[in-house]
Amino acid sequence: MATKAEVLDFIRIYADKMAEHRQELTDLDQAIGDGDHGINMSRGFKAVMEKLPTVEDKSIDEILKSVGMTLVSTVGGASGPLYGTAFMKAGMATKGKEALADEDVIKALDEAVGGIQFRGKAEKGEKTILDSMIPAIDAIKACINEGKTMEAALIEAEKAAWAGVEYTKTIIATKGRASYLGERSIGHQDPGATSMAYAFQALNEVAQKGR
Amino acid sequence: MKKFINDVENVENEMLEGIVLAHPEYVKRLEGFNVLVRADKKTGKVALVSGGGSGHEPAHGGFVGKGMLDAAVAGSIFTSPTPDQVFEAIKAVDAGKGVLLVIKNYTGDIMNFEMAAELAEAEGIKVANVVTNDDVAVEDSLYTTGRRGVAGTVFVHKIAGAKAETGASLEEVKATAEKVIANVRTMGVALKPCTVPAAGKPGFELSEDEMELGIGIHGEPGTERKPIQTADVIVDYLMERIVKDMKPQAGDEVAVMINGSGATPPMELYILNRRVHQILADKGIKVFKTFVGDYMTSIDMAGASVTLLKLDDEMKELLAAKADTIGFKL
Repeated sequence: MATKAEVLDFIRIYADKMAEHRQELTDLDQAIGDGDHGINMSRGFKAVMEKLPTVEDKSIDEILKSVGMTLVSTVGGASGPLYGTAFMKAGMATKGKEALADEDVIKALDEAVGGIQFRGKAEKGEKTILDSMIPAIDAIKACINEGKTMEAALIEAEKAAWAGVEYTKTIIATKGRASYLGERSIGHQDPGATSMAYAFQALNEVAQKGR
Repeated sequence: MKKFINDVENVENEMLEGIVLAHPEYVKRLEGFNVLVRADKKTGKVALVSGGGSGHEPAHGGFVGKGMLDAAVAGSIFTSPTPDQVFEAIKAVDAGKGVLLVIKNYTGDIMNFEMAAELAEAEGIKVANVVTNDDVAVEDSLYTTGRRGVAGTVFVHKIAGAKAETGASLEEVKATAEKVIANVRTMGVALKPCTVPAAGKPGFELSEDEMELGIGIHGEPGTERKPIQTADVIVDYLMERIVKDMKPQAGDEVAVMINGSGATPPMELYILNRRVHQILADKGIKVFKTFVGDYMTSIDMAGASVTLLKLDDEMKELLAAKADTIGFKL
């Protein structure tokens, strides 16, 4: 069961990670994109942190929606609509919940990934955010189905996310700006998949704290 | 990095302030937003809204004015503006005849402008959009996001803008814009990369004897790197790529744009233009109008692009119509 405090903790930890890895994400993007992913994500989450004190008394769904709206209006580029939509959809999926049971977390993640796919018109295997996100969510579902705890599932999810990041090095980008490079995109790690892997790292850290 | 800036976080904002101070007769800023609109709102016509990341000046704010755009939305450098900003621009310029969004084909731009269009439609504003994709360096196939929108976008602003001034309907303006998009092709080359202020270093490395072909307008690497050649050989290569895609015939009429990337002097752009005209003359293709200068830049990149637009009578008339903006006067 994820509490509101844990949801807030996740947002704070993820925001810290976006600030901490600003340069790394920007460097990755410079290799195959336009070199601003870390700059944009850290700017967006800085705005999220500024806004958070004004919404932290509200419900989980309102907090998540607020994060989404803030990202949409501050990140720009492709990441803004994608991450923004993900948080907004996760918010809509958790409406009325005071705490999130395992199935609520899975539903929120499913809605988030669905939002990203709708907005980005992308599939797995196109060197995007989805390449770390989908395997991570699949790992959670597999673990929960096997009767494991969410804490255990998130360890596997983070591993799957990073494996997905590694996988992006082997494939050609067919969506986003990296697609203009064609085969020259092979060998490079996708910045969006990387920033998404940090989200699962943050989720995992929150879960392990609560053990 | 050596630039005339105060704070990397404030580059876009201070630039917009400077533009408005310089050209109050052309543009004003929507308070609290990175949106430039015409100093005097034009009614009785379809409104054109374009925009994109900053760093392409004079695009897009420089094309706000009579005969071209009604509003331009400026994102962070090389980053699409956000939906709320585009939505404000749409609301500000809509005069009841609908709004046409001119979007360059980039994943981020399309998503943000589409979200803005959804917001505007929810408020009962009629919105249509077109997506420019003139860059022949990128293959338009199932396996890419499609060709990029680059300097040829300016011809869309000009011709669709002129069409809107005639009082045409949103559907008609959109159809004209799409005709331009179908007939305009561009290919670019860079000699030196650009430096995004917040990144503080060039987007890629090029040695003194190299050039990057098939360059986009965001400091991203191009599609091919080659040893530097003479201007004529470079133009021959760019033109070959454009002609292969466009297949113009003898007797066709075209408009030519030699666009500078920001750090290439007019002298070099004119040398490129000379060769473009020679090639077109050899092929029996008539040049209706030529535009040489910085229209769609990439901050301080040294480089240029060649754009050809194959014209019909309607496009000729609209291209020649009066335009009066900061960056484009006719």
